[in-house]
Amino acid sequence: MGRVVVEVMPKPEILDPQGKAVVGALPRLGFTQFSGVRQGKRFELEVDGEVTPEILAAAQEAAATLLSNPVIEDVVSVTEATEDADVAGEASGTPVNA
Amino acid sequence: MSATEPTSAATPMPGIEDARIGVITFPGTLDDRDAARAIRLAGAEAVSLWHADASLQDVDAVVLPGGFSYGDYLRAGAISRFAPAMAAVVDAANGGMPVLGICNGFQVLTEAHLLPGSMVKNDHLHFVCREQSLIVENARTAWTNEFRRGQQIKIPLKNQDGQFVADERTLDELEGEGRVVFRYDGQNPNGSRRDIAGITNDRGNVVGLMPHPEHAVEAGFGPASAEGPRAGVDGLTFFTSVLSSLVHA
Repeated sequence: MGRVVVEVMPKPEILDPQGKAVVGALPRLGFTQFSGVRQGKRFELEVDGEVTPEILAAAQEAAATLLSNPVIEDVVSVTEATEDADVAGEASGTPVNA
Repeated sequence: MSATEPTSAATPMPGIEDARIGVITFPGTLDDRDAARAIRLAGAEAVSLWHADASLQDVDAVVLPGGFSYGDYLRAGAISRFAPAMAAVVDAANGGMPVLGICNGFQVLTEAHLLPGSMVKNDHLHFVCREQSLIVENARTAWTNEFRRGQQIKIPLKNQDGQFVADERTLDELEGEGRVVFRYDGQNPNGSRRDIAGITNDRGNVVGLMPHPEHAVEAGFGPASAEGPRAGVDGLTFFTSVLSSLVHA
Protein backbone atom coordinates (compact mmCIF):
# COMPACT_ATOMS: atom_id res chain seq x y z
CA MET A 1 0.00 0.00 0.00
CA GLY A 2 1.33 3.42 -0.92
CA ARG A 3 0.75 6.87 0.41
CA VAL A 4 1.06 10.35 -1.01
CA VAL A 5 1.52 13.25 1.35
CA VAL A 6 0.16 16.65 0.33
CA GLU A 7 1.06 19.75 2.32
CA VAL A 8 -0.88 22.99 2.01
CA MET A 9 -0.05 26.33 3.65
CA PRO A 10 -1.84 29.66 3.78
CA LYS A 11 -0.31 32.14 1.33
CA PRO A 12 2.35 34.35 2.94
CA GLU A 13 0.34 37.52 2.27
CA ILE A 14 -2.83 36.11 3.88
CA LEU A 15 -3.08 36.75 7.59
CA ASP A 16 -3.27 33.35 9.30
CA PRO A 17 -5.54 33.92 12.31
CA GLN A 18 -5.04 30.39 13.63
CA GLY A 19 -1.25 30.71 13.55
CA LYS A 20 -1.62 34.06 15.28
CA ALA A 21 -3.63 32.44 18.08
CA VAL A 22 -1.03 29.71 18.50
CA VAL A 23 1.90 32.12 18.65
CA GLY A 24 -0.01 34.07 21.28
CA ALA A 25 -0.40 30.94 23.43
CA LEU A 26 3.21 29.71 23.25
CA PRO A 27 4.72 32.26 25.69
CA ARG A 28 2.12 31.30 28.30
CA LEU A 29 3.82 27.88 28.42
CA GLY A 30 7.27 29.41 28.56
CA PHE A 31 8.05 29.04 24.87
CA THR A 32 9.36 32.54 24.25
CA GLN A 33 11.70 31.56 21.41
CA PHE A 34 9.08 31.60 18.64
CA SER A 35 8.15 34.90 17.05
CA GLY A 36 5.68 33.54 14.50
CA VAL A 37 3.52 30.51 13.70
CA ARG A 38 1.72 29.64 10.49
CA GLN A 39 -0.68 26.73 10.50
CA GLY A 40 -1.19 24.60 7.40
CA LYS A 41 -2.70 21.26 6.45
CA ARG A 42 -1.24 17.84 5.73
CA PHE A 43 -3.19 15.23 3.76
CA GLU A 44 -2.23 11.56 3.47
CA LEU A 45 -3.74 9.95 0.37
CA GLU A 46 -3.72 6.16 0.41
CA VAL A 47 -3.59 3.94 -2.67
CA ASP A 48 -3.91 0.17 -2.83
CA GLY A 49 -0.86 -0.38 -4.99
CA GLU A 50 2.40 1.40 -5.73
CA VAL A 51 2.65 5.16 -5.99
CA THR A 52 3.25 5.52 -9.72
CA PRO A 53 4.05 8.77 -11.56
CA GLU A 54 0.39 8.74 -12.70
CA ILE A 55 -0.79 8.50 -9.08
CA LEU A 56 1.48 11.40 -8.13
CA ALA A 57 0.14 13.44 -11.04
CA ALA A 58 -3.43 12.71 -9.94
CA ALA A 59 -2.53 13.73 -6.38
CA GLN A 60 -1.09 16.98 -7.70
CA GLU A 61 -4.32 17.68 -9.58
CA ALA A 62 -6.41 16.85 -6.50
CA ALA A 63 -4.17 19.13 -4.45
CA ALA A 64 -4.71 22.02 -6.86
CA THR A 65 -8.48 21.58 -7.28
CA LEU A 66 -9.94 20.29 -4.00
CA LEU A 67 -7.30 20.14 -1.28
CA SER A 68 -6.26 23.77 -1.67
CA ASN A 69 -7.86 27.05 -2.73
CA PRO A 70 -5.27 28.98 -4.79
CA VAL A 71 -6.78 32.29 -3.68
CA ILE A 72 -5.68 31.77 -0.09
CA GLU A 73 -3.37 28.74 -0.06
CA ASP A 74 -0.25 27.27 -1.71
CA VAL A 75 0.42 23.57 -2.26
CA VAL A 76 3.95 23.35 -0.87
CA SER A 77 4.63 19.66 -1.54
CA VAL A 78 3.16 16.50 -3.06
CA THR A 79 5.43 13.56 -2.25
CA GLU A 80 5.37 9.81 -1.86
CA ALA A 81 5.57 8.71 1.77
CA THR A 82 8.16 6.02 2.36
CA GLU A 83 7.14 2.92 4.31
CA ASP A 84 9.23 3.47 7.42
CA ALA A 85 9.10 7.21 7.84
CA ASP A 86 7.17 10.38 7.26
CA VAL A 87 3.71 9.00 8.00
CA ALA A 88 2.03 10.40 11.05
CA GLY A 89 0.33 7.93 13.37
CA GLU A 90 2.52 4.95 12.55
CA ALA A 91 4.76 3.95 15.43
CA SER A 92 7.70 3.18 13.21
CA GLY A 93 10.03 5.92 14.38
CA THR A 94 11.44 6.61 17.81
CA PRO A 95 9.43 9.22 19.67
CA VAL A 96 11.50 12.32 20.26
CA ASN A 97 10.83 12.39 23.98
CA ALA A 98 11.31 8.66 24.67
CA MET B 1 -45.98 24.04 -4.18
CA SER B 2 -45.47 21.05 -6.45
CA ALA B 3 -41.83 20.14 -6.72
CA THR B 4 -42.61 17.20 -8.97
CA GLU B 5 -44.32 19.15 -11.70
CA PRO B 6 -41.91 21.87 -12.75
CA THR B 7 -43.36 24.67 -14.83
CA SER B 8 -42.15 25.02 -18.36
CA ALA B 9 -38.73 26.58 -18.82
CA ALA B 10 -40.29 28.40 -21.77
CA THR B 11 -41.94 31.04 -19.59
CA PRO B 12 -39.39 33.86 -19.86
CA MET B 13 -41.50 36.54 -18.15
CA PRO B 14 -43.25 35.06 -15.17
CA GLY B 15 -45.50 37.25 -13.09
CA ILE B 16 -44.38 37.62 -9.51
CA GLU B 17 -46.94 35.09 -8.35
CA ASP B 18 -45.58 32.57 -10.84
CA ALA B 19 -41.91 33.06 -9.97
CA ARG B 20 -40.24 29.99 -8.50
CA ILE B 21 -37.07 30.44 -6.49
CA GLY B 22 -35.03 27.43 -5.46
CA VAL B 23 -33.24 27.03 -2.13
CA ILE B 24 -30.50 24.40 -2.07
CA THR B 25 -30.00 22.32 1.05
CA PHE B 26 -26.55 20.81 1.62
CA PRO B 27 -25.67 18.52 4.54
CA GLY B 28 -25.12 21.05 7.34
CA THR B 29 -27.15 23.89 5.85
CA LEU B 30 -28.99 25.82 8.59
CA ASP B 31 -30.92 28.68 7.04
CA ASP B 32 -32.74 27.02 4.14
CA ARG B 33 -36.15 27.28 5.81
CA ASP B 34 -35.64 30.94 6.65
CA ALA B 35 -34.62 31.62 3.05
CA ALA B 36 -37.71 29.78 1.76
CA ARG B 37 -39.90 31.80 4.14
CA ALA B 38 -38.32 35.04 2.92
CA ILE B 39 -39.10 34.05 -0.68
CA ARG B 40 -42.73 33.33 0.20
CA LEU B 41 -43.07 36.61 2.11
CA ALA B 42 -41.80 38.40 -0.99
CA GLY B 43 -44.62 36.79 -2.95
CA ALA B 44 -42.95 33.97 -4.87
CA GLU B 45 -42.98 30.21 -4.62
CA ALA B 46 -40.03 28.65 -2.75
CA VAL B 47 -38.77 25.36 -4.21
CA SER B 48 -36.66 23.06 -2.04
CA LEU B 49 -33.65 21.70 -3.91
CA TRP B 50 -31.32 18.95 -2.67
CA HIS B 51 -27.56 19.15 -3.17
CA ALA B 52 -27.30 15.63 -4.59
CA ASP B 53 -29.94 16.32 -7.25
CA ALA B 54 -28.51 17.62 -10.53
CA SER B 55 -31.86 19.16 -11.53
CA LEU B 56 -32.80 22.70 -10.54
CA GLN B 57 -36.46 21.89 -11.41
CA ASP B 58 -36.74 24.83 -13.80
CA VAL B 59 -36.61 27.45 -11.07
CA ASP B 60 -36.20 31.12 -12.05
CA ALA B 61 -33.53 31.92 -9.44
CA VAL B 62 -31.53 30.11 -6.78
CA VAL B 63 -30.54 30.91 -3.19
CA LEU B 64 -27.57 29.19 -1.56
CA PRO B 65 -28.38 29.59 2.14
CA GLY B 66 -26.16 29.90 5.18
CA GLY B 67 -24.98 27.25 7.58
CA PHE B 68 -21.99 24.97 7.90
CA SER B 69 -22.20 22.64 4.90
CA TYR B 70 -20.03 19.58 5.50
CA GLY B 71 -19.09 21.09 8.85
CA ASP B 72 -16.83 23.60 7.06
CA TYR B 73 -14.41 20.65 6.71
CA LEU B 74 -11.43 21.30 4.44
CA ARG B 75 -12.52 24.91 3.83
CA ALA B 76 -15.93 26.55 4.18
CA GLY B 77 -17.90 25.66 1.03
CA ALA B 78 -15.09 23.58 -0.49
CA ILE B 79 -16.89 20.24 -0.57
CA SER B 80 -20.36 21.60 -1.37
CA ARG B 81 -18.93 23.25 -4.45
CA PHE B 82 -18.65 19.79 -6.06
CA ALA B 83 -22.27 18.75 -5.34
CA PRO B 84 -24.29 17.77 -8.43
CA ALA B 85 -26.66 20.70 -7.85
CA MET B 86 -23.73 23.11 -8.01
CA ALA B 87 -22.78 22.02 -11.53
CA ALA B 88 -26.32 23.01 -12.54
CA VAL B 89 -26.05 26.30 -10.62
CA VAL B 90 -22.76 27.19 -12.36
CA ASP B 91 -24.33 26.53 -15.78
CA ALA B 92 -27.49 28.47 -14.92
CA ALA B 93 -25.51 31.38 -13.44
CA ASN B 94 -23.35 31.60 -16.56
CA GLY B 95 -26.60 31.72 -18.52
CA GLY B 96 -27.80 34.71 -16.49
CA MET B 97 -30.01 33.13 -13.83
CA PRO B 98 -30.05 35.16 -10.59
CA VAL B 99 -28.10 33.39 -7.83
CA LEU B 100 -27.76 34.67 -4.25
CA GLY B 101 -25.20 33.18 -1.86
CA ILE B 102 -25.69 34.06 1.79
CA CYS B 103 -22.84 33.45 4.27
CA ASN B 104 -21.91 29.79 3.68
CA GLY B 105 -23.61 30.17 0.29
CA PHE B 106 -21.22 33.06 -0.50
CA GLN B 107 -18.33 30.80 0.48
CA VAL B 108 -19.66 28.11 -1.88
CA LEU B 109 -19.89 30.67 -4.72
CA THR B 110 -16.24 31.68 -4.28
CA GLU B 111 -15.12 28.05 -4.14
CA ALA B 112 -17.13 27.45 -7.34
CA HIS B 113 -15.34 30.44 -8.95
CA LEU B 114 -18.63 32.19 -9.68
CA LEU B 115 -17.33 35.05 -7.54
CA PRO B 116 -13.68 36.02 -6.90
CA GLY B 117 -11.81 36.02 -3.61
CA SER B 118 -12.32 33.79 -0.60
CA MET B 119 -13.23 33.86 3.07
CA VAL B 120 -10.86 33.08 5.94
CA LYS B 121 -11.37 33.13 9.70
CA ASN B 122 -12.45 36.40 11.27
CA ASP B 123 -9.33 38.41 12.15
CA HIS B 124 -10.28 38.44 15.85
CA LEU B 125 -10.87 34.63 15.78
CA HIS B 126 -14.30 34.86 17.41
CA PHE B 127 -17.68 33.85 16.08
CA VAL B 128 -19.60 37.06 15.54
CA CYS B 129 -23.38 37.52 15.79
CA ARG B 130 -24.74 41.04 15.58
CA GLU B 131 -27.11 43.39 13.82
CA GLN B 132 -24.90 44.81 11.11
CA SER B 133 -25.22 48.11 9.25
CA LEU B 134 -24.27 47.97 5.58
CA ILE B 135 -23.99 50.53 2.82
CA VAL B 136 -25.48 49.53 -0.53
CA GLU B 137 -22.78 50.28 -3.11
CA ASN B 138 -24.45 48.75 -6.17
CA ALA B 139 -28.23 48.97 -6.60
CA ARG B 140 -28.23 47.55 -10.13
CA THR B 141 -27.82 43.82 -9.43
CA ALA B 142 -30.61 41.26 -9.74
CA TRP B 143 -30.80 41.15 -5.94
CA THR B 144 -30.41 44.84 -5.02
CA ASN B 145 -32.32 46.83 -7.67
CA GLU B 146 -34.99 48.01 -5.22
CA PHE B 147 -32.38 49.59 -2.94
CA ARG B 148 -30.77 52.91 -3.82
CA ARG B 149 -27.04 53.45 -4.02
CA GLY B 150 -25.63 54.74 -0.73
CA GLN B 151 -28.60 53.44 1.27
CA GLN B 152 -27.84 52.23 4.77
CA ILE B 153 -29.50 48.94 5.71
CA LYS B 154 -29.32 46.70 8.76
CA ILE B 155 -29.43 42.88 8.69
CA PRO B 156 -27.97 40.19 10.97
CA LEU B 157 -24.36 39.00 10.58
CA LYS B 158 -23.27 35.68 12.11
CA ASN B 159 -20.17 33.78 11.11
CA GLN B 160 -16.76 32.39 11.97
CA ASP B 161 -15.05 32.50 8.57
CA GLY B 162 -16.25 35.89 7.39
CA GLN B 163 -13.07 37.72 6.48
CA PHE B 164 -13.22 38.44 2.74
CA VAL B 165 -9.79 38.30 1.13
CA ALA B 166 -8.53 38.69 -2.43
CA ASP B 167 -5.30 39.96 -3.97
CA GLU B 168 -4.93 43.69 -4.58
CA ARG B 169 -5.45 43.38 -8.33
CA THR B 170 -8.77 41.55 -7.83
CA LEU B 171 -9.87 44.11 -5.22
CA ASP B 172 -9.01 46.97 -7.61
CA GLU B 173 -11.00 45.24 -10.37
CA LEU B 174 -14.02 44.76 -8.10
CA GLU B 175 -13.92 48.43 -7.11
CA GLY B 176 -13.25 49.69 -10.64
CA GLU B 177 -16.10 47.69 -12.14
CA GLY B 178 -18.59 48.62 -9.42
CA ARG B 179 -18.84 45.02 -8.28
CA VAL B 180 -18.64 45.75 -4.56
CA VAL B 181 -22.33 45.48 -3.66
CA PHE B 182 -22.22 46.00 0.12
CA ARG B 183 -19.66 47.49 2.48
CA TYR B 184 -19.67 47.19 6.28
CA ASP B 185 -20.79 50.47 7.84
CA GLY B 186 -18.92 51.61 10.94
CA GLN B 187 -16.59 49.07 12.51
CA ASN B 188 -15.34 46.31 10.22
CA PRO B 189 -16.61 43.16 12.03
CA ASN B 190 -14.15 40.58 10.66
CA GLY B 191 -11.15 42.20 8.93
CA SER B 192 -12.60 41.92 5.41
CA ARG B 193 -10.45 43.69 2.82
CA ARG B 194 -11.72 47.21 2.11
CA ASP B 195 -14.75 46.60 4.37
CA ILE B 196 -16.33 44.43 1.66
CA ALA B 197 -19.46 42.58 2.83
CA GLY B 198 -20.80 41.47 -0.56
CA ILE B 199 -19.85 41.37 -4.25
CA THR B 200 -21.33 40.52 -7.64
CA ASN B 201 -20.16 39.09 -10.96
CA ASP B 202 -19.75 41.24 -14.06
CA ARG B 203 -23.35 40.54 -15.19
CA GLY B 204 -24.86 41.41 -11.83
CA ASN B 205 -26.91 38.21 -11.64
CA VAL B 206 -24.72 36.45 -9.05
CA VAL B 207 -24.45 38.13 -5.64
CA GLY B 208 -22.74 36.84 -2.51
CA LEU B 209 -22.65 38.41 0.94
CA MET B 210 -21.79 37.35 4.46
CA PRO B 211 -24.71 39.00 6.36
CA HIS B 212 -28.16 37.39 6.35
CA PRO B 213 -31.02 39.18 4.57
CA GLU B 214 -33.37 36.22 5.13
CA HIS B 215 -33.38 36.96 8.87
CA ALA B 216 -34.74 40.48 8.37
CA VAL B 217 -37.94 39.98 6.41
CA GLU B 218 -40.76 40.16 8.92
CA ALA B 219 -41.59 42.79 11.53
CA GLY B 220 -41.26 41.31 15.02
CA PHE B 221 -38.40 39.01 14.05
CA GLY B 222 -35.79 41.31 12.49
CA PRO B 223 -33.12 43.72 13.73
CA ALA B 224 -33.93 46.96 15.50
CA SER B 225 -35.03 49.75 13.21
CA ALA B 226 -36.46 53.27 13.39
CA GLU B 227 -39.89 51.62 13.69
CA GLY B 228 -38.90 49.85 16.87
CA PRO B 229 -37.14 46.79 18.26
CA ARG B 230 -37.04 43.78 15.89
CA ALA B 231 -38.97 45.77 13.31
CA GLY B 232 -36.29 45.79 10.60
CA VAL B 233 -37.25 44.22 7.27
CA ASP B 234 -34.41 45.47 5.05
CA GLY B 235 -33.67 41.91 3.99
CA LEU B 236 -37.01 41.56 2.23
CA THR B 237 -35.82 43.97 -0.48
CA PHE B 238 -33.30 41.37 -1.73
CA PHE B 239 -36.14 39.03 -2.55
CA THR B 240 -38.52 41.64 -3.98
CA SER B 241 -35.61 42.92 -6.07
CA VAL B 242 -35.05 39.57 -7.71
CA LEU B 243 -38.76 39.20 -8.42
CA SER B 244 -38.70 42.63 -10.02
CA SER B 245 -35.69 41.65 -12.14
CA LEU B 246 -37.45 38.44 -13.22
CA VAL B 247 -40.63 40.26 -14.20
CA HIS B 248 -38.70 42.89 -16.16
CA ALA B 249 -36.20 40.44 -17.67
